[in-house]
Amino acid sequence: MSDDTSLNLFQQQEANRRRTVLLVIGFVAFFAWLGFGGDYIYYLSTRDAPGTAYHHVFPWFGIALTVAAVLTAWYAYATGPEKVLWSTGARAVVDPTDPQEKQLVNVVEEMAIAAGVPRPHIWIVDDPDPNAFATGTDPLHAHIAVTRGLLELCNREELQAVVGHELGHVKNLDVRLMTMLAALVGAIALMHDGATRVLRGGINLGGGGGGGSRGGGKKGGAGPLLLVLLAVWIVSWILAPIIAQVLALAVSRKREYLADAMSAQFTRNPLSLASALQKIEGADAPTTAIKRGAAHLCIADPLGRRLTAHEGLFADALATHPPMAKRIAILRGMGYAQLKKEGGSVG
Amino acid sequence: MGSIIFLVVLVIVVGWMIGAYNGLVSLKNQTLNAFKQIDVQLKRRHDLIPNLVNAVKGAMEFERSTLEAVIQARNQAVKVNATGPEGIKQISQAENALSSALQRLMVVVEQYPQLKATGNIGQLQEELTSTENKVAFARQLYNDTATQYNTRQQQFPTNMVAGLAKAQPADLWELEDQAEKAVPQVDLSMKPKV
Repeated sequence: MSDDTSLNLFQQQEANRRRTVLLVIGFVAFFAWLGFGGDYIYYLSTRDAPGTAYHHVFPWFGIALTVAAVLTAWYAYATGPEKVLWSTGARAVVDPTDPQEKQLVNVVEEMAIAAGVPRPHIWIVDDPDPNAFATGTDPLHAHIAVTRGLLELCNREELQAVVGHELGHVKNLDVRLMTMLAALVGAIALMHDGATRVLRGGINLGGGGGGGSRGGGKKGGAGPLLLVLLAVWIVSWILAPIIAQVLALAVSRKREYLADAMSAQFTRNPLSLASALQKIEGADAPTTAIKRGAAHLCIADPLGRRLTAHEGLFADALATHPPMAKRIAILRGMGYAQLKKEGGSVG
Repeated sequence: MGSIIFLVVLVIVVGWMIGAYNGLVSLKNQTLNAFKQIDVQLKRRHDLIPNLVNAVKGAMEFERSTLEAVIQARNQAVKVNATGPEGIKQISQAENALSSALQRLMVVVEQYPQLKATGNIGQLQEELTSTENKVAFARQLYNDTATQYNTRQQQFPTNMVAGLAKAQPADLWELEDQAEKAVPQVDLSMKPKV
């Protein structure tokens, strides 16, 4: 490990801390905008109503949605890892009796020593497709899960490399950002579905109020402003889940390369990760146990790998993972450089 | 005006010195901690070996010399009366001898498929592999951290603060034993051989 990689690690940790904070601020701000924006639109539309009618003055929606967003973010931070594990149906490996599970525990312990982090909790997902993911908020509260398929498919060294990759995510705090993102994306989807019903009622009310303001006449400027606000507001509602999804995609691709490099640093054996990735790529079946919400946490895209096979505008925008062929090529390059340096013998 | 510039330069220099000093102290402690990790893994290995040898004694009567070599190397390693990174040369010599004795045992086990067939040996092999890997990875972490520490304290301009932080180059854990370097590649995958 040279100074370069450690600097890289600290930069990555710092970037992940910062991005997690930004993500939470963005999440709360977005809901504040939805709430207070809705209040303001409602206020504008009821302002010119006759004295006896309802006047929306106190921003109830804004306060309620902001408080709800803050509570959701806090809840996501506190229970995110559990929720992610729960959603995949993983079971904890506590006292392994099966030789395969015993080996997994040994391998994870070895890699934790190599990475210089505490041993994470170990989970197994009973799914025949090979895959693995890590979650948690920091190295002290980290979880690593592998599928049964991965244990069946990989030999000891390949398993070690995959676990090294996941511990790379743990060590540079990728897990914190990615788990928060998974939990918040889920929360947005849920809130969006629930609130769309409320929104429909709001549009009806807004339409009625708009008629009132046209009749008022003297506040002619409020009409277009109201319409623009309303349009932006509705678009925000519709786009919320899409924005969340794109965000999830954008954060997960680059860091896969870094985690691959960290695995190579821990095991000193980049070729074993290359062959593990090759095997995972070869088993071209979706990991059914892992749903869309946790897809960006995995070592290989669990939703099938057609998108990640190519690099291009379309794949760049829609794939959660970089092209497998490129990752394997980079790892092979590292492996051959190492072979050359050591004069043909791998230790 | 001149005094202001002087003050600014002074603040920058002092600030840099504090940062460099603290960086060195932090690396020094990381190095010590990494060494403790090796110690933990070595102790674990010492405790494990007698049990493992007892478990296979009956099945491996004909490989008595290999087993005895392991026990002897283990007892030598336990006897080493040195602690901390200062005693690293002594410790590493004894432990490297133990490592190569264990490697020979693993190769021997590998040569007897009928031994491998019993679940007992499979478990033993996995335990041995894992123990050896843990020692190796702890050593790797120590060497990496110590190298980083050594590089930092020798590089300009941090080397000017090195004396102040009482930084001394840390010894690396060398693989002196040629036998260990020349260990044949052993297939440790747990997959059944066809």
